[in-house]
Parts: sequence; C-alpha cells; structure tokens
Amino acid sequence: MQKFSGFGLIARAFGAHKSWQAQWRDPEPKQSYDAVIVGGGGHGLGAAYYLAKEHGMRNIAVLEKGWIGGGNTGRNTTIIRSNYLFDESAALYDHAVKLWEGLSQDLNYNTMFSQRGVLMLAHNIHDIQSFKRHVHANRANGVDNEWLTPEEVKEFCPAINVGGKDMRYPILGGALQRRGGTARHDAVAWGFARAADALGVDIIQNCEVTAIRRDASGAVEAVETTRGTIKTKKVGVSAAGHTSMVLDMAGVRMPLESYPLQALVSEPVKPAFNCVVMSNTIHAYISQSDKGEMVIGAGTDAYTSYSQRGALHIATHTLDAICELVPMFRRLRMLRMWGGIVDVTPDRSPILGKTPVKGLYVNCGWGTGGFKATPGAGNLLAWTIAKDEPHPINAPFTLERFREGRLIDEAAAAAVAH
Amino acid sequence: MLVIPCPYCGPRPELEFRYGGEAHIARPEDPSTLDDEAWGAFLYLRSNPKGLHAERWRHIHGCARYFNVVRDTISDTILASYKVGEAKPDMDALARILAGGPRAAAGEEKSK
Amino acid sequence: MSGAYRLPSGGRINRQKPISFTFDGKKYQGFEGDTLASALIANGVLLAGRSFKYHRPRGILSAGADEPNALVGVGRDQAHYTPNVRMTMQELYDGLVAESQNRWPSLMFDVGAINDMLSPFFPAGFYYKTFMWPRKAWDAFYEPKIRSMAGLGKAPTEADADRYSQRYAHCDVLVIGGGPAGLAAALAAAESGARVMLADDQPEFGGSLLAETEATIDGKSAIDWVAEMVAALKARANVTLLSRTQAFGYYPHNSIGLSERLTDHLANPPAHLPRERFWTVHAGEVVIAAGSLERPMVFPENDRPGVMLADSARIYVNRYGVKPGKRAVVFTAHDGAYRAALDLKKAGIEIAAIADLRHHPEGPLVEAAKAAGIDVLPGTSVTGTAGRLRVKSATLARIGADGSAMDERQVECDLVLMSGGITPSVHLFSQSKGKLRFDEHLKAYVPGRPAERERSAGACRGLYALSAVIADGFAQGEGAAKSAGFGGVTARTFAVAGTLESDPGSFLGAAPHGRDASRVKAFVDFQNDVTAKDIRLATREGFRSIEHVKRYTTTGMATDQGKTSNMNALGIVSEALERDIPEIGLTTFRPPYTPVSFGAFAGASRGDLFDPVRTTPIHGWAAEQGAAFEDVGIWKRAHYFPKAGEDMHAAVERECKAVRDSVGIFDASTLGKIEVVGKDAATFMNRIYTNAWTKLEPGRLRYGVMLREDGFVMDDGVVGRMADDRFHVTTTTGGAPRVLAHMEDYLQTEWADLEVWLTSTTEEWAVIAVQGPNARKVIEPLVEGIDLSPEAMPHMSVAVGKICGVPTRLFRVSFTGELGFEINVPADYGRAVWEAVFAAGKAYDITPYGTETMHVLRAEKGYIIVGQETDGTAVPDDVGLGWAVGKAKKDFVGKRSIVRDEFQKPDRKQMVGLLTDVPAEVLEEGAQIVADPKQPAPMTVLGQVTSSYMSSVLGHSIALAMVKGGRARLGETLYVPMPGRAIPVKVVEPIFFDKEGVRLNG
Repeated sequence: MQKFSGFGLIARAFGAHKSWQAQWRDPEPKQSYDAVIVGGGGHGLGAAYYLAKEHGMRNIAVLEKGWIGGGNTGRNTTIIRSNYLFDESAALYDHAVKLWEGLSQDLNYNTMFSQRGVLMLAHNIHDIQSFKRHVHANRANGVDNEWLTPEEVKEFCPAINVGGKDMRYPILGGALQRRGGTARHDAVAWGFARAADALGVDIIQNCEVTAIRRDASGAVEAVETTRGTIKTKKVGVSAAGHTSMVLDMAGVRMPLESYPLQALVSEPVKPAFNCVVMSNTIHAYISQSDKGEMVIGAGTDAYTSYSQRGALHIATHTLDAICELVPMFRRLRMLRMWGGIVDVTPDRSPILGKTPVKGLYVNCGWGTGGFKATPGAGNLLAWTIAKDEPHPINAPFTLERFREGRLIDEAAAAAVAH
Repeated sequence: MLVIPCPYCGPRPELEFRYGGEAHIARPEDPSTLDDEAWGAFLYLRSNPKGLHAERWRHIHGCARYFNVVRDTISDTILASYKVGEAKPDMDALARILAGGPRAAAGEEKSK
Repeated sequence: MSGAYRLPSGGRINRQKPISFTFDGKKYQGFEGDTLASALIANGVLLAGRSFKYHRPRGILSAGADEPNALVGVGRDQAHYTPNVRMTMQELYDGLVAESQNRWPSLMFDVGAINDMLSPFFPAGFYYKTFMWPRKAWDAFYEPKIRSMAGLGKAPTEADADRYSQRYAHCDVLVIGGGPAGLAAALAAAESGARVMLADDQPEFGGSLLAETEATIDGKSAIDWVAEMVAALKARANVTLLSRTQAFGYYPHNSIGLSERLTDHLANPPAHLPRERFWTVHAGEVVIAAGSLERPMVFPENDRPGVMLADSARIYVNRYGVKPGKRAVVFTAHDGAYRAALDLKKAGIEIAAIADLRHHPEGPLVEAAKAAGIDVLPGTSVTGTAGRLRVKSATLARIGADGSAMDERQVECDLVLMSGGITPSVHLFSQSKGKLRFDEHLKAYVPGRPAERERSAGACRGLYALSAVIADGFAQGEGAAKSAGFGGVTARTFAVAGTLESDPGSFLGAAPHGRDASRVKAFVDFQNDVTAKDIRLATREGFRSIEHVKRYTTTGMATDQGKTSNMNALGIVSEALERDIPEIGLTTFRPPYTPVSFGAFAGASRGDLFDPVRTTPIHGWAAEQGAAFEDVGIWKRAHYFPKAGEDMHAAVERECKAVRDSVGIFDASTLGKIEVVGKDAATFMNRIYTNAWTKLEPGRLRYGVMLREDGFVMDDGVVGRMADDRFHVTTTTGGAPRVLAHMEDYLQTEWADLEVWLTSTTEEWAVIAVQGPNARKVIEPLVEGIDLSPEAMPHMSVAVGKICGVPTRLFRVSFTGELGFEINVPADYGRAVWEAVFAAGKAYDITPYGTETMHVLRAEKGYIIVGQETDGTAVPDDVGLGWAVGKAKKDFVGKRSIVRDEFQKPDRKQMVGLLTDVPAEVLEEGAQIVADPKQPAPMTVLGQVTSSYMSSVLGHSIALAMVKGGRARLGETLYVPMPGRAIPVKVVEPIFFDKEGVRLNG
C-alpha cells in the first residue's frame, strides 16, 4: 500500500501524480474464501478490514452488488455520537467512537472525523427530563454528555435561534456530546477498502448475491452470485436495507422493515454553523460539511420502500424546522435531496450476531443511525465471524431478543431519533 | 407524495392517511396457544418484500377507515386497494399489470 | 447609456427603461429585460467570480440555469441577502446590489489565487491523503483552514425578512417547459378541454425561440408565433400559465414540485406578494419539454473569462442585444456553433476562425459559414488560451490521426465560443425513475421507458430540428390529454421555414491538444475546478464507477449539479477505462433541478404557524391570571399560576398547600376522551384494557391500563361506565390520538364482528378538576340532580346531572389523593362553569393550580405518569400495576407478551420511592442509582429517578424511581452519583402521603 502523507503528495506532484496506484484492486472472484462479507458499505468493508487485521483471516472477500459505499454509507448525514441511553447501546456506540478517534491514522486515510460536538435540543419539559436522564446515564457509563442551559446553547452554537416570542417551541436547553461530530462518509468506505485490500482482502464490485447454499447439516457452504459460485463456510451479511432479502435466501426471516430516509444539502457557503444540532421534537438535524454545504436530515418516510426516494412533504417539514431553528438560513437554497433505504427493527436497535444458520452472521437494523457505528459494527462483526460467538459488546443485540421480549428500545425510552 | 386510493373516498393525497404496516397479519385466535417463537413471529416478523407489498393504510383525515393497498416497493406504484376483510388480490396478476407500465397500473387502480 | 457592448438594436430588452445597478460597488446601467449577466456584458464586464478551489478568475459561461461560474451575492441588506445567485437568472431591477464571492480582497486581485499556483499539490482527493499528522492538528488547524477556504458565498447574518407561500394544485396535464415543444404541447392538451398547467423558469415563454431571429413558423417570426401561442393559451379558462416557475423535482405518483419566483425581479415588491410560491402539483399526465443544454469543450485553459458557450453567446446577441466580445474564436465539433458564429458575425462580431474537431464538417450551416467568409478549420483543436482576467488569444492546432497537434498558431481574440453538442435535459425524467438510454449519435442519454404517467417532448428527448420539436410537442400534448381521458384535438401541422438543417452529432470528453495531459488544466467542472487530469487520476486510483469518480473528484457536485460537466466527465472516464459509456453508467439525477430556497419549502410555517396551538376552553382565563404555560405536544397547558414575586417553586408550594388544606381547581380539559358505545362495548373494553370491565356497574369509574401487543404499557386513564353499552374513556393528554388509532385498528381489522363505535370527544368536554377537602362544599350549591354525599357518590363514581344549569358528567375521582371531582361539561360552557366554580370557591380560598402542582400531588400518592415512570420498556407489574391486570381474563391485547419469562424476572426494574437523608435535597430527574458509588465508569447502574419534587406537605423531598429488583430493596440505602459526590437515598414504598387513602374517601 502506498503511504499517504503530505510529503508523499508533494513528492508525487513533481511527477504529475502519475505514480499513484489504484487504492484497491479490481480482482476476479476466487472459487472459495474463508469468509465472505455481503455488502460493501462501510460496515462490511470494516468487517473485512478487522477480520484481516485483528483475526488474521486474509482469504476473504467483500461482495458488493453496486459500487462500494454506494448505499447508506454514501447517503447519510454523517453524524457520529455515542450518548445513548441504555448501557448496551452506549457501550456499542462508544466502542465505535473510540475507533473513529484513531481511524484516519489507523487506515492512513483522512476520514475527516471532526469532533465538532453534537447538540440535541430540548423544547419541552419532557425533553429536559429525557436528556438529563441521558446525561446522567452517560456519565455513569463514562460517555461524555453534558447539559447546557439555553444561554449555553446559544453560546455554543450562535447560529441557533434559542427562543423568544417568535418561536413556537423555544429552546429550553440541550444535551451536548463534545466528542460527537461528523466524518467524510465516502472516505470511510474508501479508507477501509484500501486498507483491507492491502491486507489481501478481495473487494468485488458489481457482484450481487443471488443465493446462499447450505450443506446437509444446514450450515452455509457457498454463495451464488452474478459472478459465479463462491464456496465459503462463513458469510457475514451487512446489507442494510436489503438484509431481509439476503437472509431470506438462507431461510432466515428477519424482524426488519426497510424505509426511505431522506437527506439534503444546501449550496455551499462560508462557515456559518459550527457544530451538529439535532432536534427530535421538531424533527430535523443539521451540520455544515467541510465543503460548506448545510447537511440536513430528518426522520424516515412513513411507509416501507426500496425506491431510494421519498415524498416532497417530508423535506418541507424538515426545512420548516431548520428555518425555525436558524431563520437566517431561509434564503439558503437546497442543492440536492436524496433518499436511502434504512432497515429498521421493532426496537430501533441493531441486530449484530449469529443467526440460526451455522456460518451465517448478520449485522443489520441500524435504522437511521448506522453511519456513526461504522468502525464499531465492522469490528464486532469481524469478531463474531472469527470466533463464532459475539463479543460482549454485541452480545445483547441478538435476534432472539425479539422472541424473548428483551428489547433495547432507545426510541421508546427517549423519543430520540438516532 | 403518494396518491392513495381509499376504497371509500377515492384517491386522496398521502397527507390524509396514516400507514399501518403489512396487511393480512391476523391476530391469532387464541394467543395463549402459541409458543414464544410463534408469538414473536406474529409480533415482529414482516415480509418486507422488494416488489409488491400488501399493506394497511388508515384514512385518518377522511373516513377514518382502515383498508388495504398493494404497492410496488420499488416504484411505489399502487396497483390495488380494497376493504378490510376482502381477499388479497392475485399478486402475480398485479405484477403482470405493473410490468405493463405506469398507465396500465393506473387503469387497474381506476377500475377498483 | 447602457454600455459600450450594447448593440444598437434588437433583443427583447426595453430600451426606454434604463436601469441602474451596482456590482462590487461600481454603478452600471442596463435595460429592463436584461439579466444581471447581459447587463454586465453590455458594459464589457465578463469577469464574474472566482472558482471554488483554485480561485481562478471566471467569466460568464452561459445564459441560463446551467451557469457554473457567474455566481454572486444579491441583496440590499442582510435580511434580503441571497448568496450564490446565478447572474444569468437574475433579472435586472433598479437598485439591484450584487457582489462577487469567494475572493479577498477583490475580484480583480484575490489572494486565494495562490491556490492556483499551488494546484500541483492539490489534485483530486488530496485531502484524503494528508492532514493526518499530528492527530490533534486536524480539529485544531487543518479542518478550520479547509473550511474557511471552502464555501462560495456567505450565508446571510440576519433572519429573512421575506414571506413564502405554498399551494397544492391538481391538473390533467402538466407541461414543463414553455419553449417550442412545451407551447405546442400545452396548446394541444388545452384544446382537448383538459385542465392544463404550463410552467417555465424564464420570465417569458418561448424558450429557445426567444433568441431565434431567422426561423419562421406558419409564416410568422418565431417571436410573433410565441406571442400568438401564449395569447391563445391565456385566453383559455382551462389553462394556468406559470412563468418564472421552475419544475424542480419529480416525486412519486406524478407529484411535481414547482417553485415560482414572484419578487426577486422587482425593485419595490408590493407588500402582499410572497417572495416565492411553492407548488405541489398532482398531475394526471406530465409532458416534460425541458429542452437541452449545450456542452462545453474540454481543452486546456478553457476557463478564462471570455470563454463562453456558443449558443449562450448567440442568446446574448439575439435576445439581449449585447455583444459578448469583439473578436471570437469558435471551437466546436457540432453544427450548432456555426449558427452562433453566423448570428454573431451578423451582429458585428468578428469571427477569427471556427476550429472544428471534425475532419470533414459539412452541411448547410458549414457552407453558410464559409459563404459568409468565416475561416472554417477542420480537424482543428484549441490547445490553449492566454490572458489573465480575460482571454487574449487562443492557440489553434491541426490534430493528426494519432491525436498529435500540428501547425500551432496563436489567434488573438477576446472571446472563445465552444460547443461540444447538446445534452437533452433528462433530469426530471430520470428523477421520476424513468430509464435512460444512451444515444450513440447524439452522444447523450435520452429518455427510454417511463416510470410515471409522463412523456418527454422535443429537445429533451433528443430532437433537434425546430420543425420536429414543435410537431413532437403537439403530438405529446395530444397524447397526454388522451391518456388523461380527453380527446377531440384537431390535428395540426406547423410550417417551419428559414432554418438551416443541421446535424445533432457531437463530441464528448476531452479534446486532443498534443500537450502534456498530466500538466495542463482542461476544466470539466468549472465551479469545482475539476480538470480532465483529475478525472484520469481518479480512474488510475481505482475509481471505476462514475459515482466514485464524481465523489472522489467532486465533478458534477457544484451548485449547477453537473449540467455542463457530467457528460464530458463520462466521456473522459470512458476513454480512460476503455469502456463504452453505457457500461460506466450515469450519476443519479437528484432534485432540485436548480437550487430552491429553504424558505419556499418552509412556506408560512414559522413562529406561531410552525405548528397549530391547541388550547382549552379555559386557556383565556388562565392567561388572564398570568399563568405560565408549558408545551405538551401541540397543547398549551397552564404550568403554574405565579403571584407577584413568586418563582415556580414558591407558586407550586402555595398551590400544593391549598389543595391539601382547602381546595384547588385545575384544568384537565387536555385529557383525551373517547366515547365507546355499542352492545359489545364491554367485550371490546375487556380485550383492549388489562382490566376486567364486565362487572363494572353503570355509574362507576375504574382506572384502566392499556398495553401494546408487545406487552409494554401504552396508556392509562380513568374510564366511566355511563350505561351497559356506553363507556366514557379518558387517556393521557399526549396519547389520545395514538389510543384511538390503536382501538380503531383492533376494532376495524381484528374484531369487525363487534358492534362498537368509537368517537373522539376530547374537544367536546371541558374538564374542571376540583380537588381538596372542601371540594364538595364548593360545587354542592352549583349542582342539580346529583346527590354528592359520600354514600350516594363515593370515590370512583360518575353521575349525570347539571352544574350551573349546564349538563354535566360529574366524576368523583382524584389524581391528588384528596376528595375530588372532575366536572365534564360541554366545551362551550367550560369557561363559564369554571368561573362559576371559582367564584363559589372564593369562600374557601380556592386556588388554581397547574400541571407542576398536579405532578407533585400525584407523586406524593405514588400515582404514575405514563411516559415519565414508564418509558416504553415497562410492563404493568414493573410500575406496581399488577393489580390492574385481569388475571382471570383469557386474553387481552398484550397478555400473551407479558407472560413471557423475561417479565417474571425478579431483577426487573420496579417502581419504588426514594428519600434523601437531607430533607431539602431534591434529586434530579433522570439521575442514576447505584449500589456502590465508588466504582469506576462504566458503573453497574440499578435504575434511575423518574420523578422528583419538594413535597411541602411532608416537608421533605420525594422521588419515584425505577430500580432493579426494587421491591426487594425496601429499606436499603442506595446512591445517586452526581458530579463530585454521591447522594445516599433510602428505598421506600412509592407512596408518601395518606397511605390509607383516608382523605380520598372523605
């Protein structure tokens, strides 16, 4: 792997950058692998990287039906935080944040992880109670999260209109996680791909899995793809909105539904918004990208769909909220809007672990909050595949919890979107 | 914004409705006879197809009735709507209509 | 007058109406009908902006919505300031103030241009490769630097002073684009009698015909034909014409977003007009007649001010009567540029040469150019340009078969016109999920199979000749009307004359230039400074999908969304990877077509109109008393009633004391209310609630608990049985719609055989709670027909009668632990009854209290609030409501779920009370509870405080909490860790006051 550095960039400038090599190979699929990851998003590529790096499994492939990072990795609003309520969730997401903190250096790829702070706004007394519970729970878990008064909110994020008579839901405070922030989504996929490739992982694009073959004992023995049959005894599925379709190939039914999630950006402007702000009560979140675009999102559309687009009225409600929070952004203009397909579980928490089929592992159900977990999810999926048992951090996130009723219901508990 | 054909009121904008999840998942007659596995499946497992999906909608800002719709989850085209209690339409026949293009699908919708 | 570059005649400007404006502080003049771009060109100004990355000087490139370079900030003050406005779309008005962007200190001299010199170090994606060391420097240094360099315009610093409005509309046929095809389509559809809407983003209809000076249609000049068509459409009642209206997005089920600009072209907008109007149109059928875009040529230094799209130059000459320069070199591979050259020459602009990449250009236009004395150079490329703030010369060379350049020569010029061909505008078609097909001859994608009820017409589906475009427009308009159920259109032909036939064949990718391709800057995406070599670098680095190339290089991601760049980028990738274009694919077209104001999306939804405000009939009274309100959902509820000088704590202490000592009055009208009626009402209630209802006698109340099917507590409330077949159900304030939907769901879809009707009566009843030892005495004199004695009307009973002469359902019920009544009266009488009760209570010093006091009083009694003690993870037993679960019932919603093993575990979180050692210490709600406060994080947490108040009647703080295995911990001391200390708390039963309920039954 060619090392990336400022020095290297300058040195190669004198050769007109002709000597840069492909960041990853474009190999033909081999006949068999020790493990196959289905889904070339950040999670799947991360799993491959950590399998190779931490578990010594080098003969592995990532199968991507389109182009890597083209699903939710490249379609989300890039918010990263770990101030979740339940111990299990906080541990899961903070595992990811800790990996994020060293990821650029680990991958030798600048993922532009920017700890600008994620501020969640409280608009009513219920919000205050809920956020304070989060703050206390996080403190007990060693996860940073602090309560801000409205004045402190204004000081931390001057662009926000905190209240007054002109505001329908004045801001009564906020919960701030300073370690939270954003990252460059594409770079995460590419960085993992490049680093995994350097460790021998085959990244195979335009390769759709069409069937999962099982042996007489019921264990996984191969996957059929649009580029031929690939033998393998371990398959890790990390296919986001398409997970239930892939698992269905192995006869495993999933408690998942796929919904459109929309996001949008404004035209780029000079720095005008210095952190990430989320408001669940009025349904919107916003941050400014390094390029200058305001990156904005909200909740999912109401109905299940794979159309990768949503309804116009969802975007209008999102921008209602943004204009209410930042009235001086009313004259900014929407540059692009798009949709992703998010897979949602009944308790809005992911499923990360084994399945009833031997050799088949799943990482799914991240709903609207998968990006922030990218390195953590990959890391834990790798562990689970390599050891055939979950890591203690993902052990609670089983498929069985739905049968047992042992839900980890962040959404119901806090009424906070991810 | 979807235009949803309410079988009682006719086509109306999506704003008037609330989505009600997958249709034809009947509550077991006697839940106590189900084991945890089967009960969990009733509560949580959904077919989530990429293609035709029979689903419930409620016309909350209209007649307030629940009804069922068959929608293609790839294109969001609606192929049928019918009252609660009516049989699920022939999905293969609807798939053929869908293949005939958007106007064929709309024709089916009108005749309902 | 209006500039040295203004032609003496021609154009659609009003020369009688001169207009003054400023650009970067300098005053200029233009005419009515000018855009900011055409007016500046008239004044010889082409330098319009600086590029995003390299800060290279950039000129006006186009004449329309595709402009990537000429972006400015417009607005007289910050409350009216809009960044990134395309000069080419900004109509001129008197007093317009515009400033250039992304430059310091000035457009002419920009320090940031040093980036251009350093550009060898900033290839595509350079930021992924560096700024990683030292780690901390990213947040502290590199990122802030990158951010300050990035961005184009500046966001306004004041709240927008303008208004926006929104409309929904339905039509049978929506025609998008008012050019030749769109006008003909609209006419055909209109003649069928269908309701037609026609939207066009320009101030005038006509599209390309606005710059057409040669062609005649049915013997009329193009402009006269447009005027006639528009007049004919205007005259029809079934047609809605929308100019300055962009169809920006195509959404499912033929819903189309339009944004109409109403005041941005006016010097003094009338106060009644919103700035923009946002339309959501539901169309039966859509005809897209969006026209086409011209492609630039990609050649070295193709970005200097003075390099312009050929047809745009023609538009400036013909439509605006301005000369973009004096001496032009034309670089093309496409017949269209010849038409531009001829028109420019006619306007007095010298055409130094036409360099045509094609080795054998031929056809009537080529011949006409030659006949006009223009030097046509086949097989010739422009291999470079010179000039700093304006192009001074172009280098021309013959291109050999191997791509080498020969016979280079410099040609002086102040204008370089380029045209690689036309790209049909398939944006909306593609947004609708229609499938695109690559047309080899056009070198462009054209519409294939549609996904919605839509048609494309004219240039946007690859048609080129005007006669074909108009005929197609009419045919598609007629077809759309027919599909929408309208017919009877008389066939019509349009005779087009005066145009020279031309071939739409064209060129894609980077033009050959014989120079070192890894060194020269041949721009593909002008705004984002993406060059051909950047795209080649990306392919070399393994980015093979066009989406990857786009994301890695940022080509096509600027504010113009790749209108001028996407196809050339595809061409370069195709060449670099040696794969056909259809194999490489196409980036997704995403709405909006051009950027749309956030304000237009938000519409009137601001301040008090952001959400409806829901108030109770007693709201006005509470407001007059100076109550502080809290938002609960969209409700406004009186939070407390402060007297002069009181803060919330003082007010609440006084209110609590009043209720415990004498009597208080509380507005409970926000409680959800549902009337459950029918012969199977009791059966229905049995199935929906955990409780048993069969034996509840009419006239009695019962506290009901409702579960979700998964077993978790969903809602609670007191239910009155009014008759055998009638229940008066109450729900939590926030839960009312959810509960009704839940009930309807089961009733309509599971138990359709039950004869039950559900009616929301939340708005029908005002609910006045009178609570305290003197409650009976207060209301007794006002009540008729109801025996209020404890024997006749014990706790948890309901009676029907009159109060103050008004019909009432009088509940004897208490959420305070005191003797209490809830007076339900028809909402219209709510305030009158309230005031009468209040007056009657004067003798007992009746005290109005708010939600905060209500919370304290109920917590003293250990009554839960769903959503505060429960959080979606609690089953009834967890919150001490096991008694409310009808054990004998065979089934109810949620029963099967709560018998699962998980919910029998003794270490589940259970509701308990907590008492602090220090009476005055009030725990914080949400605080965590541990056994060992000294353990390090992550701590083993046992639970959390759910409710916590100072109880004045007890003289001690109280708290409710959910604690693991809590009921087995009564008497234990646990700890609440706070920053820097831990508060010891004693676990007690969750009832603090009047455990025996003596007062309740008083």
